[in-house]
Amino acid sequence: MAFRNGTDSWVVVMFFMIVVILFPLGVGPEPDILNKISSGVIWVAALLSAMLSMDRLFHVDYDDGSLELLVLHPQPLEFIVLAKVLAHWLTTGLPLIIVSPLLAIFLNMDISSYFVLIITLFLGTPTLSLIGSIGAALILGARRSGALLSLIILPLFIPVLIFGVSAVEASILGVSSKPQLLILGGLFLLSSALCPIASAASLRQAIE
Amino acid sequence: MINYFANPTRFLKIAKGLQPIVALIAVGSILTGLYYSLIQSPPDYQQSETVRMMYVHVPAAWMAMFCYVALAGFSSVLLIWRHIVADILAKSTAPIGACFTFLALATGSLWGKPMWGTWWVWDARLTSVLILFLLYLGYMVLYNAFDDRSRGARAAAILSIVGVINVPIIKFSVDWWNTLHQPASVIKMDGPAIHSSMLTPLILMAVGYTSLFIWILLIRARAELNLQKVHALKIRLAKV
Repeated sequence: MAFRNGTDSWVVVMFFMIVVILFPLGVGPEPDILNKISSGVIWVAALLSAMLSMDRLFHVDYDDGSLELLVLHPQPLEFIVLAKVLAHWLTTGLPLIIVSPLLAIFLNMDISSYFVLIITLFLGTPTLSLIGSIGAALILGARRSGALLSLIILPLFIPVLIFGVSAVEASILGVSSKPQLLILGGLFLLSSALCPIASAASLRQAIE
Repeated sequence: MINYFANPTRFLKIAKGLQPIVALIAVGSILTGLYYSLIQSPPDYQQSETVRMMYVHVPAAWMAMFCYVALAGFSSVLLIWRHIVADILAKSTAPIGACFTFLALATGSLWGKPMWGTWWVWDARLTSVLILFLLYLGYMVLYNAFDDRSRGARAAAILSIVGVINVPIIKFSVDWWNTLHQPASVIKMDGPAIHSSMLTPLILMAVGYTSLFIWILLIRARAELNLQKVHALKIRLAKV
């Protein structure tokens, strides 16, 4: 339903890689510094890439009118939203996780903390897609929707970012990162329960 | 009762009567509160005179959260009952709440410099209040981003309800994480852990801030209603 042709995924992955590559060029190539900031850089880049594709989530359907059909569909709108979010994550979140080993090498990460990074991305990027779906539904029909979207959902992304980065940092320091991972898992479950409801409510008021 | 207040003319009448009373309470309690906090209350044994920062900082932080809860409350009334006055009140609450949040952040930063030796730390309390500030800004921008006014109102209302999740995080951030910010000392299960000579001005200031909020809210809401009337008249004139 929501799978688009592959260009969107490519654009997002390219954007993600370019943002990460800019950091060694901007900060300087010392391996120690890169290792220290690696988790933060990869997470911020993942967050921005998720943002980049977010406003497309419902926009095409809104423009061609199929969103109204989806809202009128007998299937609960919450499930349709969940399916859309899953599709969004598969086309933009998963590719980021697949290319991240390459970036971890660029940023001089060691293997054990890299594994933690992968786990945090697996738990965190679907959460970002879920939270972002609320924003994507709210901005339908607004002026300057792209900039608006980042203003309203980046604050809501902050908790995911904090725990994602601190889990990896804990493993770099050699401490257990289990608490942060548990919180990330909790955030994921909580948002998968609540975000579809909020997004569906926003979609209903958008087409009224 | 909710339907009773849905009539804008009735609301205007009540607001007009209520406004001088609230204004009197606000000015009175802030002035006496300032007298108590600046002159009457003792300096802290550790923080000496800088403790007086508390009397402007703590009520502002309370109000930042209170306004957000009020905003979300008005927003849910708007979404459930399509309440016109609730929309006006929510719209008028947001900038006031943003001001209180900014005030809390600014005074906290000024207090942090002598006490913690830094203007800003990235701890849980400060970060979550900063997120609160951004939520207020997002609400206001989203409200004005639509050509159709009622769509903006409803979209922003949903955003404000989603953001309510931040309020308990702010409240308990000092208990859940070890931070520089001190834990709660006034609203506690076993009574306030603060001496009455300091509690009195604090309560006075809190009452003052709350009535100041209601005062400004009434002014803003009345202005907003009048603005809408002018707008409606303009449209009617243009049609003729």
